[in-house]
Amino acid sequence: MAASPAPLGGHPRVQRPHLSKMERMVVTMQDPDQGVRMRSQRLLVTVIPHAVNGSDIVEWLMQKYSIAEDEALHLGSLLVQHGYLYPLRDPRRLELRPDETPYRFQTPYFWTSTLWPAAELDYAIYLAKKNIRKQGTLVDHEKEHYHQLHRKINHAWDLVMMQAREQLRAAKQRRKGDRLVIACQEQTYWLVNRPPPGAPSVLEQGPGRGPCTAGRVPMTKTLDFYRREVECLRRALGRARVKSSTCLEAYLKFSSQHGPHDPIMSGCLPSNPWVTDDDAYWAMNAPSVAMPTRLRVEQWAFSFRELLEDPVGRAHFMDFLGQEFSAENLSFWEACEELRHGGQAQVPALVDAVYQQFLAPGAARWVNIDSRTMEQTLAGLTQPHRHVLDDAQRHIYLLMKKDSYPRFLKSDLYRDLRAEAVVPWRPSDGEPGCARGSGRGRAAARPFSPAGCSCSWKPCTPAPALLSFRLGLWGARGWRW
Amino acid sequence: MDQTFLVNVFGSCDRCFKQRALRPVFKKSEQLNYCSLCVEIMAADGLHENETLASLKSEAESLKGKLEEERAKLHDVELHQVAERVEALGQFVMKTRRTLKGHGNKVLCMDWCKDKRRLVSSSQDGKVIVWDSFTTNKEHAVTMPCTWVMACAYAPSGCAIACGGLDNKCSVYPLTFDKNENMAAKKKSVAMHTNYLSACSFTNSDMQILTASGDGTCALWDVESGQLLQSFHGHGADVLCLDLAPSETGNTFVSGGCDKKAMVWDMRSGQCVQAFETHESDINSVRYYPSGDAFASGSDDATCRLYDLRADREVAIYSKESIIFGASSVDFSLSGRLLFAGYNDYTINVWDVLKGSRVSILFGHENRVSTLRVSPDGTAFCSGSWDHTLRVWA
Repeated sequence: MAASPAPLGGHPRVQRPHLSKMERMVVTMQDPDQGVRMRSQRLLVTVIPHAVNGSDIVEWLMQKYSIAEDEALHLGSLLVQHGYLYPLRDPRRLELRPDETPYRFQTPYFWTSTLWPAAELDYAIYLAKKNIRKQGTLVDHEKEHYHQLHRKINHAWDLVMMQAREQLRAAKQRRKGDRLVIACQEQTYWLVNRPPPGAPSVLEQGPGRGPCTAGRVPMTKTLDFYRREVECLRRALGRARVKSSTCLEAYLKFSSQHGPHDPIMSGCLPSNPWVTDDDAYWAMNAPSVAMPTRLRVEQWAFSFRELLEDPVGRAHFMDFLGQEFSAENLSFWEACEELRHGGQAQVPALVDAVYQQFLAPGAARWVNIDSRTMEQTLAGLTQPHRHVLDDAQRHIYLLMKKDSYPRFLKSDLYRDLRAEAVVPWRPSDGEPGCARGSGRGRAAARPFSPAGCSCSWKPCTPAPALLSFRLGLWGARGWRW
Repeated sequence: MDQTFLVNVFGSCDRCFKQRALRPVFKKSEQLNYCSLCVEIMAADGLHENETLASLKSEAESLKGKLEEERAKLHDVELHQVAERVEALGQFVMKTRRTLKGHGNKVLCMDWCKDKRRLVSSSQDGKVIVWDSFTTNKEHAVTMPCTWVMACAYAPSGCAIACGGLDNKCSVYPLTFDKNENMAAKKKSVAMHTNYLSACSFTNSDMQILTASGDGTCALWDVESGQLLQSFHGHGADVLCLDLAPSETGNTFVSGGCDKKAMVWDMRSGQCVQAFETHESDINSVRYYPSGDAFASGSDDATCRLYDLRADREVAIYSKESIIFGASSVDFSLSGRLLFAGYNDYTINVWDVLKGSRVSILFGHENRVSTLRVSPDGTAFCSGSWDHTLRVWA
């Protein structure tokens, strides 16, 4: 591949790391002891050595990487599509058949990493050879390419024809077996590099990345770059870190807490809309629904952030704060959010409005911030910008989180919300509507509403006959998991 | 009569690489050629560039070494050890529930609307389509004046979309239901970069957009005026992806790039807060863990990795010997227990985040999976592929 200027950091970019991995894989497959079983393949009247069966390839991959058959077949197909393996019969189709079809490993000369990009001259020679050998063997798209190249490199056409004839003559002097193999190898190489229309090109990349692309100007100001890096590293060194065990325990807690709320893990009631084509689940969990579900109300207890993120939760919290005469805290926080995420043009007016309503001495909804933060905020207000209220906002947020939020969770208001919350019912007909976890996940689905719930969907206590029928249903029909 | 001639050598300047008239500069008996502009800039810096560059480089290296030592000190247990107590997941069945056909070329990017059923997708031929994926109807379509639209995003209100790509810009289109109105007419050009746009995302409102670009920078823009609010410099190569943090103070985001680094930024100051450099190749996708304390990354080195922000280190690698193609995009399920990753070998692998094992492999796409997002309520995820289709899986 063409040399390229090294990017900042000094390490050359490895393009397409998957190719080198495929090559290592293919080399392992050819190991005489550990590799795929090789055999000689009879083809027409010749015997080709070192051929492998499609089924042997799949089996070897299954065993080596401990994967299932479908994955092994897919992986093997990719190897063939990238030209690392070629079929001996019918080399036009680069696909892996898991049967007795014989394949051979491509010679490293034709590997993509060795000989890429494919040269137009070489392609012209290849097509010319094909044309000379047997008139009319060129497929449509090849004919088109041939004519295009004839026009494009007309000046070198004599060279092309001469090379083609020479190569054909040299090939005639080889044994039939070798000739066949070389022809297959070459054909595979060109199938990969010049795929027929309709076939995906495995070598296609997205738009060029990184400084290796021709014509790109590499990062200038390298001095600034290193200065910034050194500053960032110094700051990072001074960072307070938490022990791994604490952090990792937090994941376990988070996953187990949120598991029942994860539709893909635990299913959702009444059913997953994508599976049953019934969007009742979305209707029940609309952003501003009058009666939230039990799961949703429970989620407000997980963290303050999750309470505020839910519009219904936030509204109830506002009511609660109203009862405690501290609703201005939440209103102030909301106003600060609007400032931070709003348009630049609105900043001065918004800051002024916030000041008049919440911060001015004697304001109608004065918020109680500690004096130092208040001083700093008021001083900053002379030059309003998006982040001028950040400190005050954080102070009020922490106040609500440490003080009002725990009280909310213990309050009658919240308790009543939980008791009145809707628990959806699974429809009795049709297959279970969602993916499920291991057996224990069933409990989370709660198909039966507990007594005393004012569920508006179906009767809370099902008739006994129905109950036993449904129990039978769970047992008899295996879960989709 | 003697005359002195000044020979003007034209060539590529060793500092700015532009074609200019060069002046030779000798440093330690090595000749370098700089254009006159660069000579003046360096003189203004008051430094001998080569000397400071070398010393800065070595300082950076030694600081990196120290940082690794510090990080290792508090690392007392591995994630899979902690996760031994957790139950293993059972057999997993997810199927394609919807296939969205309509793009004439490779699908490059998609984003969900907050209403959990609409989504926007963009493709190589410049088309950006808004679908109601539940009914598979196309609701809006716009053709961008450029190809390779690599980034698209849905506004939180659901009233606009943003997209960009090889045009180096990010444009916002308000969505209108008036059939007579041409969507392209109301287009607003918001971001301007000097190279392709690789990712974009609205912040908490329709008024601000965060962009990542092939020019190595990220930037925060005011949509209404197009004003640059903050820019983020620090990546040494193209930035390919970004994700906003769901944290309480909501002021950070993470980006990943071709320099193999994942960097966490403070949106207010524009400074890099943390950086992680353990991948072996380009980082194609970054996504925060639902709690905001960690993020996952997918890379061309065929691995996905989990980085914890409080422990300040990589805590898990999701890889398998049989997976050799790069991961192009990753996303978590709602509880963070599952990590869905789309790969360039046309498959989607589902990982158990805690145990580090692969739970399932999903086949279906006929070309590389370029984009993958879990829906906002976690009921499904959508994957977009170079095979021109999008699939919703549940």
